[in-house]
Amino acid sequence: MSLQFIVDGLLTGSMIGLGAIGVTLTYSILRFSNFAHGDFMAWGTYATLTVVSAIGAMFGKIAPIAPLSFGWPLLVALVVGMAFTALLALLLDKVLFSRLRSQGQAIIVVMASFGASMALRSLLEFTFTSRPTYFSRAIQIAMPVGFGIRITPDQIALLLLTAVLVLGVHLLMTRTQTGRSMQALSQNAALARIVGIDVASVVRVTWIIGAALACVAGVMIGILVQIRPFMGFDMLLPMFAAAILGGIGSIPGAVLGGLIIGLAEAGAVQLIGAEWRAAVSFIILMAVLFVRPIGLFGVKER
Amino acid sequence: MDLLGYGAFFLTTALIFSLVTLGLNLQWGLTGLFNVGLAGFVAIGAYTSALLTTPDDAARLGGFGLPILVGWAGATVAGGIAAALTGMATLRLRSDYLAITTFGVAVVVQLVALNAQKLTGGPFGIGFIPRPFGGLAETPLLFNLSNLAVVAAVTLIAYLALEHLARSPWGRVLKALREDERAAISLGKSARFYRVQAFAVGGAIMALAGALQAHFTGFIAPDNYLPILTFQVWVMLIVGGSGSNLGAVIGSILVWGIWAGSGTLTSVLFSPEQQARAASLQIVAIGVMLCVILLIRPKGLFGDRPRRTRFGKRAKAAVGESNSSS
Repeated sequence: MSLQFIVDGLLTGSMIGLGAIGVTLTYSILRFSNFAHGDFMAWGTYATLTVVSAIGAMFGKIAPIAPLSFGWPLLVALVVGMAFTALLALLLDKVLFSRLRSQGQAIIVVMASFGASMALRSLLEFTFTSRPTYFSRAIQIAMPVGFGIRITPDQIALLLLTAVLVLGVHLLMTRTQTGRSMQALSQNAALARIVGIDVASVVRVTWIIGAALACVAGVMIGILVQIRPFMGFDMLLPMFAAAILGGIGSIPGAVLGGLIIGLAEAGAVQLIGAEWRAAVSFIILMAVLFVRPIGLFGVKER
Repeated sequence: MDLLGYGAFFLTTALIFSLVTLGLNLQWGLTGLFNVGLAGFVAIGAYTSALLTTPDDAARLGGFGLPILVGWAGATVAGGIAAALTGMATLRLRSDYLAITTFGVAVVVQLVALNAQKLTGGPFGIGFIPRPFGGLAETPLLFNLSNLAVVAAVTLIAYLALEHLARSPWGRVLKALREDERAAISLGKSARFYRVQAFAVGGAIMALAGALQAHFTGFIAPDNYLPILTFQVWVMLIVGGSGSNLGAVIGSILVWGIWAGSGTLTSVLFSPEQQARAASLQIVAIGVMLCVILLIRPKGLFGDRPRRTRFGKRAKAAVGESNSSS
């Protein structure tokens, strides 16, 4: 068995982990599992792609930052895409989720997110067709780093980006007033209100963080794999499995869960073949639900 | 004559959908269990029955060439077992976990259908599934009408049985659990046990519907059981009104009518190369419709929505409500 699966697994795991942060935050603070989260990913990626093409049309061909496959336009587009995805999530919350939440039936919100997910994904298919596209068709040379492992500059950059983002969100959650308000609301909503926490603003921040990270994860998939309308929907099961494995509400847990699932998937691809990849997250999910339903870092629900 | 034939064909498909919706209504409408992987259970039924009844095929396991009725019975049992296992794994946990797990079941069933060539024929599916009244295939009208009669009879039996169940002591326990879990438990009813039963019976009905469909078309492939199927059935139940069996049947016929009608419309209005895109617009429209109904008329046409679901307590814990620890 080649050790290459470690690099592949860490990369897949980063994508899953970044997505799972959003899933775990919505689950613990808004208290529903958002089936539309994968489609935030896809929408963010297509938004980023659109901005990249727009910049390309305005400024002509721009040389990539050596040795990466992309230049500054992608970085600018990524920021725009993150903002766009956050707006999309806020809009969806305003017209749909918040209204159903106020009716007080959590499971109806889940169902609405399922409907919204179908509509969002098909709208992408309608606009961009289901044909896969790419940010860049250039082929990068993978550098050997020993032990039979090869890695491309893009992959190194994206792993670093993931680490920075996860650290950033972790610091935000633990060191800032906003983050502490979010934790308070997820642990005890009534008490959080009594001490005067502005629930509406916490809800907004939750959507913004979740959606922006989903966009980054989607763009990572776009750079390393390909861009398709179904790209986010296919990530849904791994993301849920990662969030539950890590323990609902825990950001380090979601990321660690993502990495574990990513590594397991990459290992399974080597051992039994790529076609069974999607079953890995299901097996892990079932194992967690049977053995330790609160996950690695979860707290028992009161 | 053609019109009559098409009408029979349309109704047959719609009634098979009704059967799936009836199964979902038992799970969600009566018991409050959220199944977003029902396509997986339908597929389990279709493949089980196909395996049991098709003539022997060297390329894969089986078929066993058994009578069609054995296939249907096998499908019902297989669907019930699959649903019972799913229920046992998740029903002691939060409601969302059931949703996520059923979603996973559908993904895995789809994977098996695609990749386990020896069992399912892979992406090309299984053909030569025996059709009841296959001898009548020469006269399409008679063939369609006799199929319709069979499907209508099965749906009617399921409908009457479910109506009876809903009024039986068993059904009353399910309703009690849905309305006020704590009160029902304090009367000595095991919530998990009853829910697993309801989930299993629902899964069995869905699998039976899958088997009927397989024998009606004579051919199945993994593409028949994509998430879009789950989505269609949910819209049917929500439009008809969850909790009502009559609503489930009428909602299915209505939504299938809208679906087939808009499908015909797009095939007339759009050029062949644009049709895939137009079809996705069709899904957007249905998705928006689901959300709008949930927002403005959650009862659907005939619904008897509970005042509170089993999750009401937790729903109140959502943002903006009180959260007393329990």
